Amino acid sequence: MLSLRQREQRQAWVLLAPMLLVMLLLTAWPLLRTIWLSFTDAALIGSGEAPGWVGLENYLYAITDADFQSSLWRTLYFTVVSVAIEGVIGVLVALLLNQKFVGRNMLRVLVILPWALPTIVNAMMWRLNFNPDYGSINALLTQLGIIDGYRSWLGSPDSALNAVMLADIWKNYPLVTLLVLAALQSIPDDLYEAARLDGASAWRRFHAITFPAIVGPLSVALVLRTIDAFKIFDIIYVMTRGGPVDSTKTLSFYVYQESFSYLRAGSGAAYAMLMTLLCAVLITIYMLLLWRQRRRGSADEG
Amino acid sequence: MKAKIRTVAKYLAALLVAVSVLAPMSWLFLMSVSATSDLTRIPLEWLPRQWDFTRYGRLLSLAPDQPGTLFLHALGNSLIVATGATVICLLLAIPAAFSFSRYRGRDGWLFASLAIYMVPPVAFVLPLYFLLQHFDLLNTRPGLIIVYCSLILPFLTWMLKNQFDTLPRDIEQAARLDGLRVWQVLLRITLPLAKPVLGAAALFGWLLAWDEFFYALLFTSNIAAQTLPVTIAGFTAGRATDDGLIAAVGILASVPPLFIAIWLQKTLVSGLASGGSKG
Repeated sequence: MLSLRQREQRQAWVLLAPMLLVMLLLTAWPLLRTIWLSFTDAALIGSGEAPGWVGLENYLYAITDADFQSSLWRTLYFTVVSVAIEGVIGVLVALLLNQKFVGRNMLRVLVILPWALPTIVNAMMWRLNFNPDYGSINALLTQLGIIDGYRSWLGSPDSALNAVMLADIWKNYPLVTLLVLAALQSIPDDLYEAARLDGASAWRRFHAITFPAIVGPLSVALVLRTIDAFKIFDIIYVMTRGGPVDSTKTLSFYVYQESFSYLRAGSGAAYAMLMTLLCAVLITIYMLLLWRQRRRGSADEG
Repeated sequence: MKAKIRTVAKYLAALLVAVSVLAPMSWLFLMSVSATSDLTRIPLEWLPRQWDFTRYGRLLSLAPDQPGTLFLHALGNSLIVATGATVICLLLAIPAAFSFSRYRGRDGWLFASLAIYMVPPVAFVLPLYFLLQHFDLLNTRPGLIIVYCSLILPFLTWMLKNQFDTLPRDIEQAARLDGLRVWQVLLRITLPLAKPVLGAAALFGWLLAWDEFFYALLFTSNIAAQTLPVTIAGFTAGRATDDGLIAAVGILASVPPLFIAIWLQKTLVSGLASGGSKG
């Protein structure tokens, strides 16, 4: 009996091994290597000498560095505000798409488009829309009489970050919409009917039926979005390159510059690790959510 | 009366959503078919006086001194890298997902692989750079294919495991009793049942690779391996002479993913829920 179990165990590992080996080589090993690098003064372009061990110096420097701190706050602002707005718009649009009206299916397809648009194309598209000389946004706002002349949205530190956030929100609220809509569609209609017959108000119906049904998928969507927004790089790179005057320099961009523009691999690695530690908190929350969902799922089955 | 107001509000909201989605994308298209003189006119007339589709022709031609050379190479690289990485990952992910689904007790590994998929790429990029450098794989398609496996593999494994979980097991067990080996059961019984989902999962993985920018930016340097996102970013970074041309490249690069997304509408949600976010 035991040998059968052992054989099963062996089979399981054999099936799993190729995937695990690839993952260890491409993720676990580089991660450990980055941790090691972060304690050295390694340069990106090797001078042939072995990098020197500097201990916690890179980390201490980062924590006290005003540039690093401001990019951290900028990233948090970007993340919290974008994701909050994505959550609100996402839920509202999902509620709309759950109503019955002519053209609903058409609109459901339309909402998928921003999500499917390649990230870089999205960034480039907004860059062109915000163009100071012939962007559609300047033309539209001027013709509506909202602004009196063309502005350089991405060229001024006051508006650049918010312009980038608009691009991010436009592209990503559909993710929230799709996940929430799936949950809304699984609510049986007669629940609402019964509530109506009982004389429950619209607010009460939302509170007692709709909200409990969407809270799970919504939290999954928001955590996913938070992790992604925290890592934001592509949009920044194409729309503003971190400028003007560092006003859109987020953490990822900061790490990228340290490693690949200033060629300081050691401190770049330390910044990357600090960022990873912050991300790890979010990832843990996501994993707990998934774990709980699965537990509930298997409880439903048996 | 109240019902009427509700209906009007519903349609107004729907109109607002439709316009907000279509407007920025339409502008991209209009830019790609308008002359620069039409675009800089103030007040803007929105529609071009002369519809001009020549930019698309120039992008699709391999004639010398045309932007087509750059674009078509990038398109080829994107197709090869995304497809290559997806095929390799399918071969690795299918047995792994089958193992997670049919043998209990190794879920920790599954969650670990999903967790590491979400770690910012900056945490891996330096060692991967040195690794590719060491094997002379910088600026090559195989180099990118290898790196992309780290993105697609955990995602595909997770998605396929969820699918295998929903398949009936009694046929498999009967086949095992008849003396079929594990891999025979997987190939002859499980995979044919999972076929429709395999395609969808593969396309999702393919989209991840098609969209990836960070690694592609750092690990490629010219048309030998540059993918479309890097080429587009390069266009926008240079003092480009013609923004309409960039817009046209953007439109062309968006065609495959938009079609795939519309086609996959039904499976989209389950895919997204399993962590298919795009950074």
